[in-house]
Amino acid sequence: MDQAVMANDIKRSDLLEMYYYLRLTRSLEERITALYRQGRIVGGVYTSHGMEAIAVGYASALKPDDVIAPFHRDMGAFLIRGFSPGEIIAQYLGKKTGPTKGKDGNVHMGDLKRGVLGFVSHLADNMPVATGAALAFKIRGESRVAFAGTGDGGTSRGDFHEAMNFAAVRRLPVVFFCTNNQYAYSTPLRHQMAITDVVERAKAYGMPGEIVDGNDVAAVYLASKRAVAKARAGEGPTFLEFKTMRMHGHSEHDAAKYVPRELLDEWKAKDPILKAERLLAQLGYGETSYFHEVGERVKKEVDAGTEFAEQSPLPEGRETLVGVFATEDEVQP
Amino acid sequence: MTTATAAQEVTYVEAISQALDEEMSRDRRVFLMGEDIGAYGGAFKVTEGFLEKYGEWRVLDTPLAESGFVGAAIGAAMMGLRPVVEMQFADFISCAFDQITEVAAKNHYRWGAAVPMVIRAPFGGGVHGGPFHSECPEGWFFHSPGLKIVAPSTPYDAKGLLKAAIRDPNPVLYFEHKFLYRRIKAIVPQEDYIVPIGKAEVKRTGSDISVITYGAMVHLALEAAEVLHKEGIDLEVVDLRTLIPLDKETVYASVRKTSKAIMLHEDNKTGGIGAEIAALLAEDCFDCLDGPIIRIAPPDTPVPFSTPLEEFFLPKVSDIVAGAKKLAAY
Ligand SMILES: Cc1ncc(C[n+]2csc(CCOP(=O)(O)OP(=O)(O)O)c2C)c(N)n1
Repeated sequence: MDQAVMANDIKRSDLLEMYYYLRLTRSLEERITALYRQGRIVGGVYTSHGMEAIAVGYASALKPDDVIAPFHRDMGAFLIRGFSPGEIIAQYLGKKTGPTKGKDGNVHMGDLKRGVLGFVSHLADNMPVATGAALAFKIRGESRVAFAGTGDGGTSRGDFHEAMNFAAVRRLPVVFFCTNNQYAYSTPLRHQMAITDVVERAKAYGMPGEIVDGNDVAAVYLASKRAVAKARAGEGPTFLEFKTMRMHGHSEHDAAKYVPRELLDEWKAKDPILKAERLLAQLGYGETSYFHEVGERVKKEVDAGTEFAEQSPLPEGRETLVGVFATEDEVQP
Repeated sequence: MTTATAAQEVTYVEAISQALDEEMSRDRRVFLMGEDIGAYGGAFKVTEGFLEKYGEWRVLDTPLAESGFVGAAIGAAMMGLRPVVEMQFADFISCAFDQITEVAAKNHYRWGAAVPMVIRAPFGGGVHGGPFHSECPEGWFFHSPGLKIVAPSTPYDAKGLLKAAIRDPNPVLYFEHKFLYRRIKAIVPQEDYIVPIGKAEVKRTGSDISVITYGAMVHLALEAAEVLHKEGIDLEVVDLRTLIPLDKETVYASVRKTSKAIMLHEDNKTGGIGAEIAALLAEDCFDCLDGPIIRIAPPDTPVPFSTPLEEFFLPKVSDIVAGAKKLAAY
């Protein structure tokens, strides 16, 4: 009821589009997992299974010229920013047609033209960087926002805290988020920090914060909209804690025996796709046949993407040497 | 000849695990810190079962904060404990760079405080880890006085050097090669032994060319030596084992014997350890050299992910063979 009332503020077409991206994310990641199991992907695979609403919700709340620094389980944000399933699968397969041309794997990709800062494995390293993007917007008086996040584990890094402090001091137009999926690899939140809500960390920097149901795409979208509007209005940074659960292991090779089964069962009932379907039905925006239609559509797109990626060439060895330095024309104007 | 009764065959990773276990049993001051090393047993399962055996105050799962827990290890070490810190991947050691180079490395020189700690760093490529999970960061620290750096290539050395590192009164960076973890097996003695820090070992004797190397590249050099032997070129393979302090005597003795030297490493070429040794040879052994000093190392790029790129990046047996033939012609 509450949820539906809130979601009334969201345009029908926006909600339907978010549903489509939820399904596309799930379908694409399931395919990537399958390719991994077949030994086609040689690196690690980390998925957002059960957490898709976060990236889909926040990326939908941004304008195209806002900049995002996604977290390593934010596949939906890459899709919304225009990375195609084919390009993404090519990236996982180490193909020349992937965004990094085989230089890097999984969601370790970025593109300044699409406003995506490339992911850095060293968790939280991108928080100060996104803060710097916001600093540039402020210095130039632009109405743009940076949106940057990490996991609950990543919020323990010094770089995270240094970024929060700097952004708050200068009231920079940046929104920080944390996908609190309760585990950092095998480490439960209680061994990561002595507080139960990550949002507490924002208080120390004089930054407003909010706890959001990370499995509810409408709630993520609305909270992100509010935080972004504040940032755009010159009111400084906000911290959003998206509560969720990692439904797969840390990576696809990890059976995650350290997570109690009951906890997973409890969260399974809160699956973001089911939740979105319930909401759409409640609002009269969609029903089973429509959900099925979207399912068919995303499957076709993922099939086509897989086909494209598989047909794509691998890079040649010598391409290793290309690209260490930039040329002047690659600098942002 | 020798029977395996007093010895057993173990993998490189088991040797590391055994060294930790034995040192923890031997010395109550030894304790472990790192991400996911407790209940999970570590990303590479080096500390599996340790939490049950030693309890949560000797096997500490840390928050995801390398600078924080390395700094804490430094503090504990100065108070008389012997921390062994695990970096989940050597790449993340950069997050603790400041604590290692500014605090741990300089404490003793500045004000006499000993920092007896070890940082275990699983490093190196060949495992499709991409730019952030395949680095060889030893060069960053090679330039920082006050640290010791070791990089074993065999299970025997891995165990003996880790024990020596734990017993050393200084901060020791222990670079363990991920590629070797489950690929290399050998007999190690069951009785306590150490491999002294600062001692290189000639892993294969030869009369024509010295290959000076360490880590996973030792095995590559040995393979190349087999190939070249059939063609009448005899390589001598010197495994540095310790990068700081460098065993110049063993290196010089080898080069004085063969008169020719190849530096081989997996870290980038520019400013790498090979560059330093080449400079030392030019300074101290110039009169015995019969040819240029050759460096075989990856190009100056990050470690790429895709298979053909990573293969291109990493040194190959054929590179060593080609380098040796060129040198032999002098
Ligand atoms: C600085 C740093 N240290 C260690 C790692 C290795 N590592 C990768 S993911 C991970 C756990 C991350 O936990 P969290 O931030 O909560 O995100 P989650 O993967 O649980 O979604 C660790 C320890 C890393 N990537 N970066």
